[in-house]
Amino acid sequence: MVTKSVSPSPWASLRNVVKQPVVAGVLLVVYLLIATFILSNLNRRDLWFPLYSTLTFPMLVLAPFLILAAPLRVQIKALLIVVVLFLIIPYLGIRDSSYLELIIQICIFAGLALGLNIVVGFAGLLDLGYIAFFAVGAYTWGMVSSQANTIFYINGWLVSGAAFYGFIFIGVGVAALVGILLGLPVLRLRGDYLAIVTLGFGEMIRVIANNLDKPINLTNGSQGLFNVGHPPVPPFLFNAVVSAQGTLGLPTDNAEPLAQQLLFYVIGIVMVAVIIVVARRLDNSPIGRAWTAIREDEVAAIAMGVPLVRMKLMAFAMGASFAGAIGVLYGAKQTFVSPESFSLIQSISILAMVIVGGIGGIRGALFGAVIVTLLNLLVLKNMSLQINALRNVDFIVPLINFHIRDWPTQLEPAKYERFIFGLLLIVMMIFRPAGLLPEPRRRMEMKAGSDDVEDSPTPAEEPAATAAQPDAGNV
Amino acid sequence: MLDARRMTGPASFRPMVEWGYRYILFPIGQMLIFVIGAALVLTLFAYLLAFLFPVPRPNIILVDQVNRQLPGMIISGITIGFVYAMIALGYTLVYGVLKFINFAHSEIFMVGSVVGFEVMRRLGDAGSLPGWNPILLIAVMVLIAMLISGLLAVLIERIAYRPLRGAPRLVPLISAIGISFFLIDFVRAFEAITRNDFNLTYPIGDVAWFQQPVEFALGVTSVRIRPTAFVVVLGAVITLIALNYFVNGTKLGRGIRAVSQDMTTAGLMGINVNRMISLTFFIGGAFGGAAGTLFGMNVGTVTPFVGFIPGIKAFTAAVLGGIGNITGALLGGLTLGMIESFLNGLLVYFPALGQRYTDVFAFSVLILILIFRPSGLLGERVDEKV
Repeated sequence: MVTKSVSPSPWASLRNVVKQPVVAGVLLVVYLLIATFILSNLNRRDLWFPLYSTLTFPMLVLAPFLILAAPLRVQIKALLIVVVLFLIIPYLGIRDSSYLELIIQICIFAGLALGLNIVVGFAGLLDLGYIAFFAVGAYTWGMVSSQANTIFYINGWLVSGAAFYGFIFIGVGVAALVGILLGLPVLRLRGDYLAIVTLGFGEMIRVIANNLDKPINLTNGSQGLFNVGHPPVPPFLFNAVVSAQGTLGLPTDNAEPLAQQLLFYVIGIVMVAVIIVVARRLDNSPIGRAWTAIREDEVAAIAMGVPLVRMKLMAFAMGASFAGAIGVLYGAKQTFVSPESFSLIQSISILAMVIVGGIGGIRGALFGAVIVTLLNLLVLKNMSLQINALRNVDFIVPLINFHIRDWPTQLEPAKYERFIFGLLLIVMMIFRPAGLLPEPRRRMEMKAGSDDVEDSPTPAEEPAATAAQPDAGNV
Repeated sequence: MLDARRMTGPASFRPMVEWGYRYILFPIGQMLIFVIGAALVLTLFAYLLAFLFPVPRPNIILVDQVNRQLPGMIISGITIGFVYAMIALGYTLVYGVLKFINFAHSEIFMVGSVVGFEVMRRLGDAGSLPGWNPILLIAVMVLIAMLISGLLAVLIERIAYRPLRGAPRLVPLISAIGISFFLIDFVRAFEAITRNDFNLTYPIGDVAWFQQPVEFALGVTSVRIRPTAFVVVLGAVITLIALNYFVNGTKLGRGIRAVSQDMTTAGLMGINVNRMISLTFFIGGAFGGAAGTLFGMNVGTVTPFVGFIPGIKAFTAAVLGGIGNITGALLGGLTLGMIESFLNGLLVYFPALGQRYTDVFAFSVLILILIFRPSGLLGERVDEKV
């Protein structure tokens, strides 16, 4: 890359060395090995385990993004990502299934963030009730497979676990239908009104799910649907888990739930991959360009002959269908579906993901989903665990002599996710409205919108932009 | 017109009558008309419902129930309607000036209700509560809540909205959502540290005056009104009259109106636009805070999550009346409060629906208005300019 300074500073020359594909590849492999080594050697009984795992686990989860940003050939990048996804993570998951659990959650939220990204990022429609479609998917599968005392259970209409795969598609269809039905009346509204109305719809779906236990019991009301069915574990996966546990010298008594988790993990990865492909194809299609036109200037889009309502409906339905599919997975994985899981805070957390990562970009949405889920389910949760662990041993903070025992019981970090989401939204909007991994086109727009930013890219941003595509000149 | 008036009336007396009519009599009359109108329309609906479904449930004759409940429903409708109207004013004022929905306003309302609780609770803990004159006590609580909520609104505008002025439309909206969530957990953390409890119950039981309901004989039935209902309505009426005077009768108010007409031109005419916007946020926030305290006294217990539902309903009220229109916020709030109170009273008799759907109904009203008459009852139709 051409650097404008005449004599290369040490920092710039270091950067040039790292940009050599061989160096970068070796560094990445070393990084992955270190992360795997640390994570597999953490001791769950250690007093400071929550803190250690908070510090080290993100290393592994963020590795795919490092790999994507590295100046390597596409085949090597793909190989490294496959190694991370199908070797390192299952290996760590077999050792400690809580990692697997967290990564399945990340997959679920990544799918949702990608779906919302279509609505908010591509088409520019601020949907604050996106969780409603997720709920529709989860309830679609939950109603037909739960052991709760619903009309399906009483009449024996339940389906077997194997029907799960079919119901992913049914979830897609039902959620898309609901998306169209909700979208039809409201998509004529202007941006901020649309936001409030979708927020209302999100709440309405929750209230309806809460109250549809009478006159006919469809959703089991506020008690929720329990014992939701899950897909059967294929025998080869079970055998593989048992043999892997044998090789690693671990007890094999929890092979069944572990194989189940691994199955969900694989399904989650496959679903996210499919969603990524679909979203990418959509973005580069005439539909995607119509969405961009609507997002940029509705009036101009109409003048250019873009069928406004149809395109908006399509964005709504498309985003909804992704959420529906992910909802089916969520219902099966949690084995419990209740209205409480689909509150406004969830919609906002998904919005925060899209915004933190970079609105309108696929990689940005994925990155945001990883960051926000880690913050919510790893950092905050582990902070609570750490405080409780320290409370039990009556730890005293040195220097300020604070007894952790005196920490207020209601001040539990795990329950303060709003604080994080709120702060993230404000800070991102003020300092980096295009997100942490901005889509190039979007970033240019954001720049053009504000007067006080000079046209030339600042030195800090230049490498990020160039690192995005493999640099042919250096190979 | 002005000259003619000056020639005919006695010079010292006429302006005072004019002033009294314009800033006291007219707004009170307006409120009376709105209250009576909304009550009449909904009473008619209630009887229509009773006519259509005479016996919705075995052994229940709807007409009798309506007769029995009518005064109570109207009174609670007026009470909650004034609270909605006061919150709706915050949305409408800010929308009028910045053309932007202040999503965090529901949390400013929440802060007001928590501040009211804190003041009352601290006085109670100091043991001085029984000695206070109830009217003075309420005035102090409301004024402190107004001050803190107003300053909070100004601070929010300064930090989260002003740097984003001129950005794409969705940007300040998202930042407002962020503020809203942040405030909820900020108050939660505050209460967790100071009290380790989120259910904040106003120590109303410590003041004897609040315990005696006022009784009215109304035909065959007697109606009991809680003093807090009086307090809410009286407090709302006084603050609304003050707002009307401020906006229409003072120089600062004229400045606010000028900025809401055309920000750039107002700036060119020598109005300090930023100060006017801060002032608008202060007034809107102060009204939200006052509504919060009055609401808290009325319901007794508040939590850091208390803002969301009243906030969304007040927003509905603002849209119903025509967002950006102050009279519209009043009309919308009273109408919505009345609708809600009637639904609360009557939906119990329809077991298939049940009371639990009242909140859904407010949303449905909002969606229906936005689809069929986005400009609201009193708003003017504004077409989008290219």
